[in-house]
Amino acid sequence: MFSELRRGSILINRIRNDEVCDTTGDEQSYNRRVNKKIMAVKTKKAVAKKSNTIKLKFDTSWTYAPAPESKSAATINKQYDLFIDGKWQQPLSKKYFGTINPANEEKLSEVADANAADVDKAVKAARSAYDKVWKKMPAKERAKYIFRIARMVQEKARELAIIETLDGGKPIRESRDFDVPTAANHFFYYAGWADKLEYAFPNRRTEPLGVAGQIIPWNFPLLMAAWKIAPALATGNTVVLKPAETTPLTALKLAEIIQEADLPPGVVNILTGAGATGAAIVNHPDINKIAFTGSTEVGKIIQRAIAGTNKKVTLELGGKAANIIFEDAPIDQAVEGVINGIFFNQGHVCCAGSRLYVQESVAKEVVRKLKDRLESLIVGDPLDKNTDIGAINSKAQLETIKKYISIGKKEGAEMYESSCHLPGKGFFCRPTLFTNVAQSNRIAQEEIFGPVLSVLTFRTDDEVIEKANNSPYGLSAGVWTDKGSKIFNMTKRMRAGVVWANTFNKFDPTSPFGGYKESGFGREGGLHGLAAYVSIV
Amino acid sequence: MAVAKSVKLVPDFSLSPRIDQVGVEERASRFTKRSIKNETKMNGLKLVLNMIDLTTLEGKDTDGKVKQLCYKAMHPHDAIPGIPTVAAVCVYPTMVKVAKKALEGSGIKVASVATAFPSGQATRDIKIRDTKYAVAQGADEVDMVISRGKFHAGEYNFVFDEIAAIKEACGEARLKVILETGELGTYDKVRRASDIAMHAGADFIKTSTGKIQPAATMPVTLVMLEAIRDFYYKTGKMIGMKPAGGISKSKLALHYLVMLKEVLGEDWLSNEWFRFGASSLANDVLMQIVKGETGLYQSANYFSVD
Repeated sequence: MFSELRRGSILINRIRNDEVCDTTGDEQSYNRRVNKKIMAVKTKKAVAKKSNTIKLKFDTSWTYAPAPESKSAATINKQYDLFIDGKWQQPLSKKYFGTINPANEEKLSEVADANAADVDKAVKAARSAYDKVWKKMPAKERAKYIFRIARMVQEKARELAIIETLDGGKPIRESRDFDVPTAANHFFYYAGWADKLEYAFPNRRTEPLGVAGQIIPWNFPLLMAAWKIAPALATGNTVVLKPAETTPLTALKLAEIIQEADLPPGVVNILTGAGATGAAIVNHPDINKIAFTGSTEVGKIIQRAIAGTNKKVTLELGGKAANIIFEDAPIDQAVEGVINGIFFNQGHVCCAGSRLYVQESVAKEVVRKLKDRLESLIVGDPLDKNTDIGAINSKAQLETIKKYISIGKKEGAEMYESSCHLPGKGFFCRPTLFTNVAQSNRIAQEEIFGPVLSVLTFRTDDEVIEKANNSPYGLSAGVWTDKGSKIFNMTKRMRAGVVWANTFNKFDPTSPFGGYKESGFGREGGLHGLAAYVSIV
Repeated sequence: MAVAKSVKLVPDFSLSPRIDQVGVEERASRFTKRSIKNETKMNGLKLVLNMIDLTTLEGKDTDGKVKQLCYKAMHPHDAIPGIPTVAAVCVYPTMVKVAKKALEGSGIKVASVATAFPSGQATRDIKIRDTKYAVAQGADEVDMVISRGKFHAGEYNFVFDEIAAIKEACGEARLKVILETGELGTYDKVRRASDIAMHAGADFIKTSTGKIQPAATMPVTLVMLEAIRDFYYKTGKMIGMKPAGGISKSKLALHYLVMLKEVLGEDWLSNEWFRFGASSLANDVLMQIVKGETGLYQSANYFSVD
């Protein structure tokens, strides 16, 4: 056996010393031209080429032709009113504001700007629908309406996906394969619960809370609307929902679906507007429950505003998730998971894996592979089916991201960005990563909410747990290791609402989602998501 | 002293990187989401055709059959001008001479399976003679099979030395090492076998003989492409990749090409570094090319069956 090993080894030696290809471009094209001497034995000089100068070339001669999804499959009105009491009503404010396509800065439509009077009107409609219809309706009848909405979301999936991409800038691949189907699944899931609440809360009786005021962010406009509306309706509440000011269109499309589904008037009211509209909802005295997803800053304002009232509240706020790669991890899959973890939806994800902790022994390899993968990401027109990374949602957000990139550079971290070409118009940002980041750097502590990854290293399990938990946030985390026992040890000690093992950014309606610390409280999704909309009597 | 030095040079293959099944399958499916249209599709199809190792490996192969196949290799579809040839014709060692003569001057390579293909259940001596015979007959490339039994038994040194010995027997011919991934069972083992083959001197690594199901799949090929990339990073040496068996439709072949482009990039996008081992793929590709040129799908009867 030993002698066999030696024979093989000597051969390897020969390969390494004599046959290592020189990797300069000239040599390779030469190789290609002279096709016959395929494994030409190279001179010993070739060995001198250091392996860290070797680069893969992703700018290939075979490129993808543009494959844009057709805009004509979606209808967007020139102007939208407010959806109150089952009807489209002109705003009492008499004001409208524009919503643009962040990929080309062109105006898509105008939507109403609801003021406090409009909010009051909507809350009154919701209250009357709650008292007169929805509360009294047998649960299985409620379920039928929600099932109907779910099916209609599926039927209009293509149109919803296109509008989501036009209004928000996310790649069509994501809105088509993730946002819209997951939104439909949420409606299906909670429709199923409506007449089975006694099994969700065994031996207890539940009552709906009343009118729920719901304020949702711009990163997953339709999906967040589904996350909010579905459990509220299933448990017998009525809803006043406000989509984000930069992405109101799919919520308004959902209002059309709700109207078409013949949901009793006033059960769901959708008001567009900016911060002031949200504040009016939060401060309205006749609202029983506030559900908010958005920034920690606004979350704190809401928390203050409702102090001393009877309003129940759930807050799903920011995050700065730690994604941890151990040396025994399946590296290539971990790298892919890290890429999806931070660049999914341009990094506009509260649970994005924005802090990467890599065990030092594999850090070089991981960073090299991350850089390679960065180069093969396609950045551009969100409507193109081949686009991996679309447009940043708004000019303001792009400014924020740029600010953090310059902070990172000033802090002494090493920046690497994809060499991709960016479109001339619209809000775009190259996928970026920082190496040599310190725990005390702002880019490692604060939520950037963009395609920017901070890479830090660690040596031991205890060290990484301490560092991972060393954050004001606690929404999500990821662990990459081949060892099952290590997964359980890590997940038990990590202060995060969701911990993914050997995967990242996986969502399912059956699984609760929510955070610790400044990432908020309350859970959405699954059985836990029902609890946020009932009082147990 | 000499022993100690050489021990250090061979990696411990039981430490080959682990592969996460869910992750690798998810990644592989992402490549199928790329939209390949218009000129991208036409250029891709021509590239695919030019990467095919047109194969016949049957007990009933005759000189006549091989000659016909060689003609097809050189003239895939003369009705349309500008269609490239395939890369190679792949036959049993006894057919190499016929193929070599038929393909003379065309630039198309003759690949020969060897080493007691497809089972590999023979002594090393027989395998070496099998290889030398194929090379002596004129084979430009040798497709060997690894000893899967020894591999499963954990005798990695045996597998390593066998590949090294066959590489020596190949001389100037390029060596493709068939892992027969359908018999290996896990992606971890596919990766380990890939590492052994490349370190032992393979010029190409190849998924399957085509005689065992499953043959090539996208996740298996992805694992092997990533092994090639890691080996390239470590040594600077490029290794070729050949998925074989089970790829009979152009659409699937284009997905493989997408995967190649996005994992290894430009340098591998030629038939020097990537091949499809297939027999029926060529006609489907031709049908698509003709559709692209004329705008019409033609009946299968217009494409020669060889």
